[in-house]
Amino acid sequence: MIRIANGQGFWGDWLEAPVRLVEQGPLDYLALDYLAEITMSIVQKQKERDPALGYARDFPPLIGRIARTLRERNVKVIANAGGVNPVACARQVRRLAPDLKVAVVLGDDVFGRLEEFLRAGHAMNSMDTGEPLNAIRDRILSANAYTGAFPLAEALDTGADVVIAGRCTDTALALAPMIHRYRWKETDWNLLAAGTIAGHIIECGAQCTGGNCQVDWPSIPDMANIGYPIVEAEADGTFVVTKHEGTGGRVSSDVVKEQLLYELGDPVNYITPDCTANFTSIHLEDAGPDRVRVSGIRGGPRTPFLKLSISYSYGWKATGTLVYSWPDALAKARAADEIVRRRLEQLGLRFEEIYTEFFGYNGCHGPAAKLSNDPPEIQLRIGVRGQDRESVDRFTRELIPLVLNGPPTATGFGDGRPPVREVVAYWPALVPRELIRTSVEVVE
Amino acid sequence: MRIPLSRVAHARSGDKGDTANIGIIAYKPEHYPLLAREVTAERVKAHFGDLVRGRVERFELPNLGALNFLLHEALGGGGTLSLRIDAQGKTLSAALLKMEIEAGEDELAGH
Repeated sequence: MIRIANGQGFWGDWLEAPVRLVEQGPLDYLALDYLAEITMSIVQKQKERDPALGYARDFPPLIGRIARTLRERNVKVIANAGGVNPVACARQVRRLAPDLKVAVVLGDDVFGRLEEFLRAGHAMNSMDTGEPLNAIRDRILSANAYTGAFPLAEALDTGADVVIAGRCTDTALALAPMIHRYRWKETDWNLLAAGTIAGHIIECGAQCTGGNCQVDWPSIPDMANIGYPIVEAEADGTFVVTKHEGTGGRVSSDVVKEQLLYELGDPVNYITPDCTANFTSIHLEDAGPDRVRVSGIRGGPRTPFLKLSISYSYGWKATGTLVYSWPDALAKARAADEIVRRRLEQLGLRFEEIYTEFFGYNGCHGPAAKLSNDPPEIQLRIGVRGQDRESVDRFTRELIPLVLNGPPTATGFGDGRPPVREVVAYWPALVPRELIRTSVEVVE
Repeated sequence: MRIPLSRVAHARSGDKGDTANIGIIAYKPEHYPLLAREVTAERVKAHFGDLVRGRVERFELPNLGALNFLLHEALGGGGTLSLRIDAQGKTLSAALLKMEIEAGEDELAGH
């Protein structure tokens, strides 16, 4: 049996989680997931400003902090912290943890290869809209292929203490140690599907140990010290989801079911670079306190494609808020919204979308909200999006005047006018998998 | 009798681009047929009104006592484009649990 934990569900997750995972109980592998769909464009911009950046900057100091424990307890780390510059990330890790062997997986970054792909006849149409990539060609900021678990396993085979990848799939981080230790083959579909589903369960960190859980949430113990998830994986593809003894949170089949359904599409065809996994084959069983046994998982062959994560500059947006108090909070907020819209129109400003929410009334649930017509306070929240930065900037000056020249009892303007933000959009596309060639390098 | 879905199920929701997913799970496996009968794609679409501009797809996971719904064009453009406070659809799970369903007394017996 090997123990694989996830200590980071996204870049920005709890800094203490990975430290506690290696210190508070037995562990063999620590997986850390840093990349959301849009993170690649952020790190790409950082690399353009400074060629030594372009990776998850929280990662090297974390490894520096836990390096000694990793060595003493022989825990290996697998992370997609490399962003668009895994080698620079590895060098920084080596600087802060010189005793650790560090390997990187390269080849996912295809930003410089898109022209080559287009010339070879790969249109890379958006999987969302069907549009050809040519429509946004001059606005592309980054392009990476989602790579799978086998290159990560190859990196573990070098004896590395820390494996750093760029845009690999989240599930691959947990599957890789199973491939590495149990020598699973590329055609072991059922085993690969089992490891993939184990990865899916733990990839969002504490979301499978009681975080964001709707089952009797007030009774979930000691959330301040919530334990992050650990998979105890067997060579036959069965595994137990658990957490370190003495930590807070809860692992039960109800909790695991919620996470299994998180961001799920067609449950019969969960497609990854490694296999397709069938979520309707999963058998769950409560096996003692904070232990859920998972078995029966079946999978199928991987597809001939890899998915690209392409980001591009889309336009600009801004969202501003004002708060109105009782009485008539909602009516005042509605009136203020009307006024802002009329003033924007009089200025001749055009936006792709103007969107208003009455927070405290229908912000979260929209038409499905349970409506009360006399709430004690309402936050008016107006957002605009468009291609013209100046128009969006002008909008941000139209809210605060309402404090003096609109309906009464407006407040909540202390932070000044809202910032104008660039909208970087996401363009998923498929390419034949043989176009992507990964390699493993040990970084000295 | 009319009961809110929350009496027999819990849920989690998330996003993939402009598509929201909501998984609903029966607290008790014996209530799965009730979910499967009552919580149709059409009713989910109607429950959310104009919040969902596209279609609603439903997938069945009887092994987990669960249904998975994909709500297309439901997040105001999705991801970074969306102007909504809940651009990732994190709270849509709770919104769906407010939906009322029709359940027989015998179906709820023992609950």
